[in-house]
Amino acid sequence: MKSYRVLIAKPGLDGHDRGAKVIARALRDAGFEVIYTGIRRTPEEIAAAAVQEDVAAVGLSSMSGAHVRLFPAVLEALRKAGAEDIPVVGGGIIPKEDISLLQGEGIASVFTPGTPVATIIEAFTEACQKQHQTRN
Amino acid sequence: MQSAQLLEQLHLGDPRSVARAISLLEDQADIGRRIMQGLDQQRLDKALTVGITGPPGAGKSTLTSALVRQLRQRGIRVGVIAVDPSSALTHGALLGDRIRMMEHALDPDVVARSMATRGRLGGLCAAAGATMRIMAASGCRVVLIETVGIGQSEMDIASLADITVLVLAPGFGDEIQAMKAGILEVVDLLVINKADMPGASKLRFDLGREAVQSDRVLETAAAENQGIEDLLDRILALETEFRKGEKFIQRRQQSWNKETVDRCLDLFREHLTELMQEQPCIEADPGAAAEALLERIIHAPGR
Repeated sequence: MKSYRVLIAKPGLDGHDRGAKVIARALRDAGFEVIYTGIRRTPEEIAAAAVQEDVAAVGLSSMSGAHVRLFPAVLEALRKAGAEDIPVVGGGIIPKEDISLLQGEGIASVFTPGTPVATIIEAFTEACQKQHQTRN
Repeated sequence: MQSAQLLEQLHLGDPRSVARAISLLEDQADIGRRIMQGLDQQRLDKALTVGITGPPGAGKSTLTSALVRQLRQRGIRVGVIAVDPSSALTHGALLGDRIRMMEHALDPDVVARSMATRGRLGGLCAAAGATMRIMAASGCRVVLIETVGIGQSEMDIASLADITVLVLAPGFGDEIQAMKAGILEVVDLLVINKADMPGASKLRFDLGREAVQSDRVLETAAAENQGIEDLLDRILALETEFRKGEKFIQRRQQSWNKETVDRCLDLFREHLTELMQEQPCIEADPGAAAEALLERIIHAPGR
């Protein structure tokens, strides 16, 4: 099986990265090559890292409520870096009404606590497959 | 993307093209060979590759990041390859060296890449050599290669890089004893990192008289940005020294030879497995079976 490369990142000031680490490990155990950038990153830093690492998808994690501003900001930063083809998946403490809003902005999927890990891995796999098809 | 276009963009330093070229080489795509053949040889000759190796927790990533800071202060464009292990079971990997590199994330003249070993032993990944050349061709004057955390036997880096630095830290006394007949013999510089911590002088003592007397031992406290300027000066002075004599060219040639043999063995391994499936070995002892298999290949008609 092909090992897809993905980037897991936490934009903004919130320092709670347990969720991001759990997802990073689950992806690794599912055969992904996971680049973890650590906490408190700006959207521009995340986009630059995603480009340099040539990842097939970016996963964002947020706990403290800034997702409506920060997730689309990462999309914008990717666009500016000429990497709008890299899909972005998000997760964290996200109210139901924000999910469709984020998806409307272009976030591929949004996951909240309690989502089975298998569902999240499936979403990453699908996003990566699609990205590889469009880029080749 | 066509190789010609990719090559052109790569030489202009376009981050996406550099990253894509590395992936193509890593995934052994057909286009990879054309990319490698099109790289600017002058830039490859001019570039210096520096291996950073050492046991887990010695501070390789922090030291690498500090060296990048120092190189950037001198206006030098730098590439960083950070290797972490792949799981043998799932082939997945968690690549976390970038966490210590993020201060350079927005600097277009720092080209960083995290890579998984993908089954390769020896502390590196198979595509490390190709990656280092792509980075050099994109204009990186220096490429730093950080290995996985090593034990006694991973020393591929010493044959790949032009100059190899072994990073140690206080508290690694027993490991040093075990390394004495291994990596300690083949590296160019020894760095006692975390030198501001208790036990640094004991580490110096443990390294033995030869290391203490020789001028290849340096002390740093990478997290405090101490000793980094001296370390870079030493690295660049060594480069000048090696380039004056035959050593630099010799090492490049050895590196090229080893990479070729390694690649050949990788290809050979697949071939052997196929061959064994086609015609199983009947010998009871693996040693005898191996000899018979080799005989079969050497004397096979048309091969």
